[in-house]
Amino acid sequence: MSLRVYAIAYLIFLYAPIVLLPIFAFNDATIIAFPLSGFTTNWFGELMTNTSLHAAVRNSLFIAVMTAILSTLLGICAARAGAMYRFPIKAGIMGFIMLPLVLPEIIVAVSLLVVVVQIFDLGLSNWTIIAAHVLICTPFCIAILNGAFQNLDPSMEEAAMDLGESRFSAFRLVTLPLVMPGIISSMLIAFTISLDEFIIAFFLSGVSPTMPVYIWGLMRFPASLPVVMALGTILVALSIILLTIAELLRRRGMARAGVKDKGGFL
Amino acid sequence: MFKKLTSTEGGRGLLLISPPFFYALALMAFPLGAIILFSFWTQNFMDVDTTFTLNNYREIITQPIYGALLQRSLYVSAVVTVVTVLLAFPIAYFVSFHVRPDRKSLWLFLITIPFWTSYLIRVFLWKVILGYNGVINTGLLNIGLIDEPLTFILYNVNAVIITLAHAFAPFAILPIFVALEKIDRSLLEASRDLGENKVMTFFRVTLPLAMPGVVAAVLIVFIPTIGDYVTPELMGGAGGKLIANMIQTQFLALNNAPLGAALAVVAMLSVTAISLMFVLLNRRWLRGRS
Repeated sequence: MSLRVYAIAYLIFLYAPIVLLPIFAFNDATIIAFPLSGFTTNWFGELMTNTSLHAAVRNSLFIAVMTAILSTLLGICAARAGAMYRFPIKAGIMGFIMLPLVLPEIIVAVSLLVVVVQIFDLGLSNWTIIAAHVLICTPFCIAILNGAFQNLDPSMEEAAMDLGESRFSAFRLVTLPLVMPGIISSMLIAFTISLDEFIIAFFLSGVSPTMPVYIWGLMRFPASLPVVMALGTILVALSIILLTIAELLRRRGMARAGVKDKGGFL
Repeated sequence: MFKKLTSTEGGRGLLLISPPFFYALALMAFPLGAIILFSFWTQNFMDVDTTFTLNNYREIITQPIYGALLQRSLYVSAVVTVVTVLLAFPIAYFVSFHVRPDRKSLWLFLITIPFWTSYLIRVFLWKVILGYNGVINTGLLNIGLIDEPLTFILYNVNAVIITLAHAFAPFAILPIFVALEKIDRSLLEASRDLGENKVMTFFRVTLPLAMPGVVAAVLIVFIPTIGDYVTPELMGGAGGKLIANMIQTQFLALNNAPLGAALAVVAMLSVTAISLMFVLLNRRWLRGRS
């Protein structure tokens, strides 16, 4: 019983900052503090007319979509190899691929910055951010896709091959539909991580900032903070919607593969 | 060659694993090697001098500010790790042992959602909560518990610790939860049947079996915390800056990338050494996993 009270208190701690977001997004004052003054939707209106913000959002969306696709493709390779095949030094290779999960982001950022700028003398662009985001998102994709691939019965693909399908078409016609919910859920997670990532993007962005880098810039000007709150409200609503879809798809995938749900994303 | 590879199971597995493996090799291992090499070079404005030198490391050792920053970073990371894991364990235990099986994924979902919302904005909102006329101070003033706003909760190391403990909560809960889920419940019954009470059963059966999850949680919180410069920048004030802020300054503001690289290498080595030591100390709990 006391554990339940603790759990609820903990959830309040977890949600405390997020609950404040919509409160200040609709608050009619430029200072982010209590007491509240009045209701307004002006800050959302300002979001609509801010063209440099729109450019930053477009950049971030492009980066997030490319990251989602590429890291999920790499994740599929790794999750399938991990679940279906035995090969030499498997544990070592899999551990190596999962390593970015515990690598401090600033290390990823500065090491790629050194390689791109100092060694290859290339310019920074959206693609340098995509390259780094794919690296840090792939372990998350593998963790999600592992769930989908490990529940598959390998004999189903073998049956398709016995019936005359090639190895690839057996994969496409039998396995792919079964792991599809996992793939979509993996893409949504990678998309969400990339869209929100700041530390790496700050180092590796070229002339055009991503959305978090732009928000970071806004934070220096107190007058623009309510607009940041409004933007944050939209982002939170968006990520809750995306994550709910990802979670529902993951569960459907579990049900389709006929296994019992063991819990969350990781 | 290709035919030969695809004809065996091991070959097909290696072929399939090679794209993610080479990606990690090219974008993680190679850049890490590059940054180590770079830390032995020097830079004058835009020109990089590639003669091998230990000057960067000499400067880190002789200038007290770097040692102080590193020490403070390790201290903050350690405190954040202890606080986060201690707060997280009861939650993981509650969800694993006291929540109905069909409700578990709902709880995990609720726990992970705040983690997926904009990190920058979350940090900023902690500033709103802890600030001079923030939520806590206005609340306490209104109730009449305090006469003037508390100042020790923002722009110092405490604020950095609270914010980071919040940011890394799900990272600590999930591995502990997974370890607790794996525990065979009949072992607990056996312990009770053999006369141990609830508390002793927890300490002699549940906790040792959950240790792999606790160790994973410690590592997954401790290591990345060192690399965060957003929270110290926004919450730390002048006395709360950490090593990552210095790395960032060296690279982006002072144009001294080699010194920044050397600082990054030193930070990474210290974190790795401490993590390895921690794993070694706990190795008796990690053995015998099936």
